[in-house]
Amino acid sequence: MIRDQEFLKDIASYCIENSKKLGATDVGVKVIHSVSENVSFRNKKLDESNRADSFAVNLTTYIEKKKSSINSSDLSKSNLEKLIERCIDATKITPSDENNSLPDKDLMSKEIRDLNLYDETHYPNDKKIEFLKKVEETASTDEKIVNTEAGFTENKNNFILANSNGFLGGYKTSNFSSSCVAVSKINGAMERDYEFGSTRFLEDMMEPEEIGKIAADKAIKKLGPKKIKSERIGVIFDKRISKGILSTLASAISASAIARGTSFLKDQINSEVFPNSINIIDDPKIEKGLGSQNFDSEGVETNSLKLVENGILKNYLIDTYYGKKLNLKSNGRSGGTTNLYFENGTLSFKDLLNSEKKFLYITETIGHGGNIITGDYSVGASGFMVEDGELTYPVSEITIAGNFKEMFKNITLANDLEMKYSTNAPTLLINQMTVAGK
Amino acid sequence: MSNFFKETDIDTSQAEAIVTETLKNCDDGELYLENHKSESIVLDDNKIKSSTYNSDQGYGFRAVTGEVVAYSHSNDISKESLRKSSDNLKDTLKSKKGTYNHEIPKTNSKYYENINPIESKTFDSKIDLLKSVNSYLRSKGSIVNQVTANFLGEHKSIEIIRSDNQILKDDRPLVRFNVSVVLEKDGKKETGVYGVGGRQSYDDYLKDGSWKDVCDEAFRIANVNLESKPAPAGEMKVVLGPGWPAILIHEAIGHGLEGDFNRKKTSAFHSLMGQQVASEGVTIVDDGTLHQRRGSLTIDDEGTPTENTVLIENGILKNYMQDRLNARLMGTKSTGSGRRESYKHVVLPRMRNTMMLSGKYSQDEMISSVDKGIFAVSFGGGQVDITSGKFVFNCTEAYEINNGKIGSPIKGATLIGDGPSILKEVSLVGNDMKLDPGIGTCGKAGQGVPVGVAQPSILINKMTVGGTKL
Repeated sequence: MIRDQEFLKDIASYCIENSKKLGATDVGVKVIHSVSENVSFRNKKLDESNRADSFAVNLTTYIEKKKSSINSSDLSKSNLEKLIERCIDATKITPSDENNSLPDKDLMSKEIRDLNLYDETHYPNDKKIEFLKKVEETASTDEKIVNTEAGFTENKNNFILANSNGFLGGYKTSNFSSSCVAVSKINGAMERDYEFGSTRFLEDMMEPEEIGKIAADKAIKKLGPKKIKSERIGVIFDKRISKGILSTLASAISASAIARGTSFLKDQINSEVFPNSINIIDDPKIEKGLGSQNFDSEGVETNSLKLVENGILKNYLIDTYYGKKLNLKSNGRSGGTTNLYFENGTLSFKDLLNSEKKFLYITETIGHGGNIITGDYSVGASGFMVEDGELTYPVSEITIAGNFKEMFKNITLANDLEMKYSTNAPTLLINQMTVAGK
Repeated sequence: MSNFFKETDIDTSQAEAIVTETLKNCDDGELYLENHKSESIVLDDNKIKSSTYNSDQGYGFRAVTGEVVAYSHSNDISKESLRKSSDNLKDTLKSKKGTYNHEIPKTNSKYYENINPIESKTFDSKIDLLKSVNSYLRSKGSIVNQVTANFLGEHKSIEIIRSDNQILKDDRPLVRFNVSVVLEKDGKKETGVYGVGGRQSYDDYLKDGSWKDVCDEAFRIANVNLESKPAPAGEMKVVLGPGWPAILIHEAIGHGLEGDFNRKKTSAFHSLMGQQVASEGVTIVDDGTLHQRRGSLTIDDEGTPTENTVLIENGILKNYMQDRLNARLMGTKSTGSGRRESYKHVVLPRMRNTMMLSGKYSQDEMISSVDKGIFAVSFGGGQVDITSGKFVFNCTEAYEINNGKIGSPIKGATLIGDGPSILKEVSLVGNDMKLDPGIGTCGKAGQGVPVGVAQPSILINKMTVGGTKL
């Protein structure tokens, strides 16, 4: 099974010692072991089983302000010796950059709190198969469902992060995830939808029947979509996609985008970016959280951050390198956000749907139509028309477009936040956007 | 003889014995071994931002019976690890019985040389070139706000050991060189991106100052976008330029013609074989045999030689793209389309170089026939929902067309359409087929593989343009 900390520490120390011997002035290293087992089903039959056992070493060596990195999956000392030599050779001839350095010592994580991120339970493949049978039984009850696929994955990870300033830390994490995709059909036309659950602990996994039922219900509801006329209209984002707004915010306030001048939120710190009712938090210390961590990818202590308070942008996501460029200290966000979420709004889901006569309710977007530099946004979408608070008919083959700067200022949140992913948002309304259809 | 067991506790014949014993009651399967070296050197914000070298090696052991795939992979090439994988595969398939298909076609063709692009250009000269790119672009004036340039090079050696001690081998070079520039004028910022690449050495793409052409093209695109107006919203005529815009073909119909989705009947195309799915002038192929192209392969990742597969001929659907598993279950032959990102991934039927062939019209004829529409020259990425057939792609350079004339540039917008019907809306096919510059990566089921596309200019009668201007 998963290798212990001692084994990983030994490799990490070997890398640091050998790099220093060859002339490195500073060294950072991460050693990872992960074991993953996946079973997938299709139409109530076993489709695939997959077992993965992977090691990885990521090493960065510094000679003063010069820096270079290597990654390898081969942990044998003979291989590492060759690669360390190669890394040092490359470091010597890479131009120096005054911002290259390990994090400040006083910012490093001092103690590792048990955040309840590891469940040692092993869920044998036979059990996974039983689980998936139940998922698919439920998903295929309605005759309009013509195809189902379901999968269960169990992951166990262990890692050590270390550097030549004496930092050394790591811990085990686990993840269980299960998904179902259902295809519905009517009059020769098909639609697809899905549901999935992801948890740190097996006991917290959704019931298989629930996963199957949600996937099937959603796929059936999408049948017979219409293409609507182009218009300006209020757009409601379903919880599955509203979190995408937070991911956009995270990219736009990363220290790299700010320092490089390639963000539509450059120079917006301490300015009103959202309506004043909105608070956005990134909290790494949530027990069992999917995005929880004790320290960031450089070993810097991470604590809860209010990114947006009363609509005002309060913090960037800062790592060591870009922090130096901006004259700011790292706030432990090398590697990005942790558990990122909007604080709940005040309107119930129902009241939000009733707040105007007509809305477009979007359940899925496709394409990568967000531009972080200009803030322009245009993606393909599908969902439902909402009339007088009711979902009336499915809609597809349309696009929604706007600019994030305006979209952010026109957000209304519902109060149905759930912590289901590492980034979470309640249902939200953006008033108004351009919909292109017929 | 295999090259993978030299420094291990197991030799080729012992590994072959484990493979044969594991697969004796299976329909198919193999031991896939891979050694992958890659590098990435990035210049950004006037500095060498990073230089990284990756070295990865491992195996993926696969056993297939009926529709069931058992897979186990590890980067520990040892007797114990292989035995453990073997037990795992046998356990998954314990209730199944298959008959191994020994037949696999052979080839003497090679579509690229066995060179290692990482070693064939010195580290110093790569750094120097990146610095030259930076100063060349910044010398174009103070509107240049940001320059990013990078080298991505790799060398992959693979071996496929099948049940009857057959070993199939391939060595695959691959490079990419990208430039991205951000311009700022009157408070407005826009980006231009361009790149080149394929299965040759870096210098084949960059020699004689041709790296400047890559910079000039990125600069030109950003400059055009500085003048862009909001894009229109709604259905209109669309003229696509030649080359890279063929990602429309890739998304709109390519994915829908992959064997797995059709065997599973989840593709919008699964019941359309032999039927008219496109206008008469439309012929589309998926070709793995083009010399040194990014999507080309001598053999696919199951060992089958690649071929030029006709997908649509004069509008009629002729073939799906197949790997061995889906071909067997659909009673046909592999088209050499079985691909995987690495030893960590199972084989899936994938595209290689997907191309719409030339017709007889000129681009001018197309544009002058349009009263109101857009002319799209370059794209970012695209995506498709296989089941509903709806697909999108994002314009990165486009213009409005008014009364048969090209007008102002328009802001990036998403175009959306319906795969099975879009090709029936193609009313004119151009005579100017062009290959893309060699930069495409296709994602499917979490696996990225290098691909190519090509097409002539085409006129589409009706597509929805996702701008903001009503």
